[in-house]
Amino acid sequence: MRLVLACLLTLICALPLRAETAADILTANAELVTKASRQTIGPVIDALAASGDPAAALVLEAWADKRLGLRKSDGGFVLLTPDADGYALRDLAGADAGRAAKSEITELKPNAGVRGLIATALVQFTLSDPDPARRRAALESIAKDPKPEALAPLRASIALETDPALFAQKQRLERLLTLRFDPSSAERIKAINSFGADLGLDLRGALNPLLATTRIAVAGDPPADSNIARPLKTGRDLTDTEAYDLLVAAKLAPARLTLEAQRTALVANLSGGAVGGIALADLNTQTARDRAYTALETAGAVPQAATDDEATAALAAHRFYDIYTEADPAVTTAATAALKSIGQKVAAMQAADLALDAMSLASIYFLAAIGLAITFGVMGVINMAHGEFITMGAYTGYVVQLYVPDYTASILIALPLAFAVTFAAGVTMERLVIRHLYKRPLETLLATFGISIALQQILKNVFGTQARPLTSPAWLDGALSLNDVVQVSYIRIAIFVLALLFLTFFLWLMKRTRLGLEVRAVTQNPTMAASMGINPDRINMLTFGLGSGIAGIAGVAIGLFAKVTSELGTDYIVQSFMTVVVGGVGNIWGALAGATMIGGFQKVIEFLNPSNTLAAQTYMILFIILFIQIRPRGIIALRGRAAGD
Amino acid sequence: MRKTFLTRSPSVLIFLSLLALFTLTITLASQGYGAGLVSTSFVKTLGKTLCLCLAALAMDLVWGYAGILSLGHMAFFALGGYMIGMWLMYARTEEIVVASLANGDLPATAQEIGQGIVTQIFGVVGASDLPLIWGAAHSLPLQLALVVALPGLLALVFGWLAFRSRVTGVYLSILTQAMTLALALYLFQNDSGLRGNNGLSGLQNLPYVTASQDVVTLWFFWASAAALGLTYLMLAWIVAGKFGSVIRAIRDDEARVRFLGYSVESYKLFLFTLTAILSAIAGALYYPQAGIINPAELAPIASIYLAVWVAIGGRGRLYGAVIGAAFVSLLSSWFTGGRAPSIPLGFGTLNWVDWWQVLLGLSFVAVTLFAPKGIGGLFDRLAHVRAPDRKGAPLGPDDGSLQEREATE
Amino acid sequence: MTALLEVSGVTVSFDGFRAINNLTFSIGMAELRAIIGPNGAGKSTFMDIVTGKTKPDAGSVTFGERSVSLLKLTESEIARAGIGRKFQRPTVFEDQTVTENLTLALRAARSPWAVLAWRAKAADQTRIAALAAQVGLADHLPRKAGELSHGQKQWLEIAMLLAQEPRLLLVDEPAAGMTLAERERTTDLLVEIARTRAVVVVEHDMEFVRRLNCRVTVLHEGAVLAEGSLDHVTKNQDVIDVYLGRG
Repeated sequence: MRLVLACLLTLICALPLRAETAADILTANAELVTKASRQTIGPVIDALAASGDPAAALVLEAWADKRLGLRKSDGGFVLLTPDADGYALRDLAGADAGRAAKSEITELKPNAGVRGLIATALVQFTLSDPDPARRRAALESIAKDPKPEALAPLRASIALETDPALFAQKQRLERLLTLRFDPSSAERIKAINSFGADLGLDLRGALNPLLATTRIAVAGDPPADSNIARPLKTGRDLTDTEAYDLLVAAKLAPARLTLEAQRTALVANLSGGAVGGIALADLNTQTARDRAYTALETAGAVPQAATDDEATAALAAHRFYDIYTEADPAVTTAATAALKSIGQKVAAMQAADLALDAMSLASIYFLAAIGLAITFGVMGVINMAHGEFITMGAYTGYVVQLYVPDYTASILIALPLAFAVTFAAGVTMERLVIRHLYKRPLETLLATFGISIALQQILKNVFGTQARPLTSPAWLDGALSLNDVVQVSYIRIAIFVLALLFLTFFLWLMKRTRLGLEVRAVTQNPTMAASMGINPDRINMLTFGLGSGIAGIAGVAIGLFAKVTSELGTDYIVQSFMTVVVGGVGNIWGALAGATMIGGFQKVIEFLNPSNTLAAQTYMILFIILFIQIRPRGIIALRGRAAGD
Repeated sequence: MRKTFLTRSPSVLIFLSLLALFTLTITLASQGYGAGLVSTSFVKTLGKTLCLCLAALAMDLVWGYAGILSLGHMAFFALGGYMIGMWLMYARTEEIVVASLANGDLPATAQEIGQGIVTQIFGVVGASDLPLIWGAAHSLPLQLALVVALPGLLALVFGWLAFRSRVTGVYLSILTQAMTLALALYLFQNDSGLRGNNGLSGLQNLPYVTASQDVVTLWFFWASAAALGLTYLMLAWIVAGKFGSVIRAIRDDEARVRFLGYSVESYKLFLFTLTAILSAIAGALYYPQAGIINPAELAPIASIYLAVWVAIGGRGRLYGAVIGAAFVSLLSSWFTGGRAPSIPLGFGTLNWVDWWQVLLGLSFVAVTLFAPKGIGGLFDRLAHVRAPDRKGAPLGPDDGSLQEREATE
Repeated sequence: MTALLEVSGVTVSFDGFRAINNLTFSIGMAELRAIIGPNGAGKSTFMDIVTGKTKPDAGSVTFGERSVSLLKLTESEIARAGIGRKFQRPTVFEDQTVTENLTLALRAARSPWAVLAWRAKAADQTRIAALAAQVGLADHLPRKAGELSHGQKQWLEIAMLLAQEPRLLLVDEPAAGMTLAERERTTDLLVEIARTRAVVVVEHDMEFVRRLNCRVTVLHEGAVLAEGSLDHVTKNQDVIDVYLGRG
């Protein structure tokens, strides 16, 4: 049907334009128009569309909207605008034509089929509308719901297009519609091949329906005209049950007896406390029930059900195929080939996308872990409250946004402020607690855990349990999209940049500044450093403050894309420790390597098992436990005296 | 003349008699068998507390005595709960399904009963087949064996991997924490076979038992008390002998113990597995009293709390672990249960439900800093035991070694 | 005389620094040997290798009549094979009593199950008392080791070594921190012990070594520089250069 219509449309469009007005056409076909049906009205609509009369679009729109009417007095067509007590009338050219009462007018109420035809005809007008925005909207609506009818008007409008971007868009859409709906297979194959290994989702969306298959069961050879995708083998491609269900659906075999049906039959034939000679109380096994049913079958009380042997025989007697709905094998072959080459390119792009994803996850872990790498790695102090410092950073961002409504400015204020807040918290904690527990890492772990639960509860009491918004500036919304496969959100890029900045900052601080020198000296030999005039107390305090401060900044960054709750940091603390341990303690490159490995590994597992991110984390932790077997000191291990063994 | 084990450790006798007295008092005051002075729900709380004390004993052995700060023992505790919970839930569901199918037109087949049980238990996670790990759930003896075997095996494998590669100190703590997290995340999945985050529920109903909850609660209370008493006796015997001497030596200086010819790794593995099994038993007694278990019980924080109880009670002494666990968990349920009176302050009200965690956290810091002996230190003061003067030096070079202030002269 | 311990061609390096360089060394079944050498000569690393703490990059270390390779054994297995080690600083278990310390060291099965079932028998108690008496700690048995004086801890550690009944004893600077009288007693004890087993003493103090009156091995830069009687090696020009500085 559609094909026929499409042919018709093309045919009519090809006819030379007749100099008729819309009014002439309507009047000439008044009978057809007033009793419009989908089957008959086509030529009239097409004539209107092809008339070249600028009023035609107006008329068609009004008709579709049920605003076209027939004046009973003279049988002339008018455009209606309903008001309180009747209609305001306009003639078909749009000029005012007075008023009329309801009773004087016959409204035309085209049915859905006719309205569809009108809408398709209207496409041609919108596609050539002087307003580029309307043309774009029309293109998008066609692309969203491609129909064969759109092909002809689209083709017609390409030549008239003046906007280069829309011109390209129209051309692409024309190819996409051609490969699906063109009547000529050769044209379609040409269209398919014209794309090459294009990555567009629209292309894949157009190609995939060409390869849609249905499953059939046949007794002998498949119908000669069918386009076979592949023969199916029971046991390999489909289970026996599925195959038998196909046979039943095709009425090639009787339905099997379900347990439920058997039960109903048995209950129905229950008489005198027994069925088919078997006592009711004994029917508590399947074999007993089968025997009872067989007895009923022999007695003719129930219909014969297919036995296992019969089912097997039926399966052996039939063959099963996947059949393309598309009839032309040349088209399906071309589509298969095109999809295959696209698939290869998509796989490569997906690998790239995965790598980018892994990198951005790694930079998050790195940001979360870098503070720990300093406190745990450099100072050997294990800080379980590190996660709460991250949370505090995120809440600082939230509070700043309460007072500074401009998001860009608020983030710029929040970053240093978060550093200051957590730096102060870290220094306070170091002075009050950790200082007394140096060389007692396990006690430090427990004491800082105490601080962690206290801080977490305080934050919960102050900010409540529901998530607080920390909104990123508008310029961080959206994603950088290289094609339909590879996309990176700007916020992830920003975090990646932030991580890089911190790496550089940390390296500069440790290698190029006096403070860094003193930190390294105190880490390696506190006694010697003290005798050189370095105050280890001060250095430890500053180092710890620095590590905590970076956690605060990481908190702002993480808060931009995660939910800001009092448990935000807890979600990252174990991963952060893992990052430091896997990477190798006491070394910023170790933290980087650890973050990269953990981020990468997690993304790969998620890719292999996309439905289950929880499992990904489980496997990752198992992997880390095993990894520590191979490299107990981490990827980048310090040896000799610096390792402290 | 050799002194017997019990005369050398008078605290064991004192503890056991106190426990017996406590159990008797509660029984006499209970609603099930006694005067009804104590509500059944409070007996449940006490019974659960006894189980927590049992887990704390295990933790004290592994951390207080051997210096291994494991942050994974609550995972074994929960696993034990899951193992017993599987039987409880299966058997109870079976009872219900059989009863409902008995009203049908035909006597039910085994398949129909099985299918009914699966639908009942796994309907929430959309599974229609009995997961493989429920293979033994129909049998109480098998599932009881699993209470011991599964956590034991997990501890054995994990411990073997960790100790073999000489992971010690905080690294081991973090690794055990990671193990706990991995297990929790695994159980959170719907296809883990243990009902995902729904967990197992209705565990307080003993299948095929018609006695009232008042009575059943007391049974579990007795079982918990007996388990605690027996474990205390066994652990006291272990730590009093040469084995205790070896593990304390490992805590303070494991390299030296190696040069004496002891395979430190075997001892740690032995202890880790033994205490995992004890925790699992504690969990298997705890969760039927709690009634419900879900993967949130395996949160790493629970295991840290276990360490906190031991530390507050005073590590390296068995009664310390019991006191710490009982004291903190009872206090905690009092405060969080909303029964503690709020304190009106000038600018607002101090609501304990909100601020108890803060108090707990800070008091824990205070204990670590100022009273490393914990509550046990009070007993030392009563007994006039003093800390040695070691000029601030701990008793050994290892991370887990006793501090000067924890030691007794 | 067959050798009890054979170290041959052993090399070990840390981050490119060769702590031990193609070292070859052997000691008989019952022999006292002193190892001397300047700081960084590799004395401690040598003991680490024999006791299994450090695994060498190359070379072989064999022990006993059946020439068991020590390289595949763990520290505890090596200790059970019969090698005892005394550290420079006294390392006893300070939170435990002298009796407990000695009980730990006493020769007995070392597996967890065996230790769990172990109960002190009369013979064990006699042996502990005898060992304590031998090192002058008979009156201190119930005291915690942490309370002992530095010298007493040294003695306790030596008693623990004897309780292990090792076939080879590695002793790192036994006389450090001892009074003159204690040194003499230590010397006598070491000579006495060496009658029945092999003893290797690492020492800085030449006077102490002279009193031991035994063969001396001089280590320098991770290799054997000279070996022989003390008089013999002190006349060796290389040794003089190393000890007095190259000049």
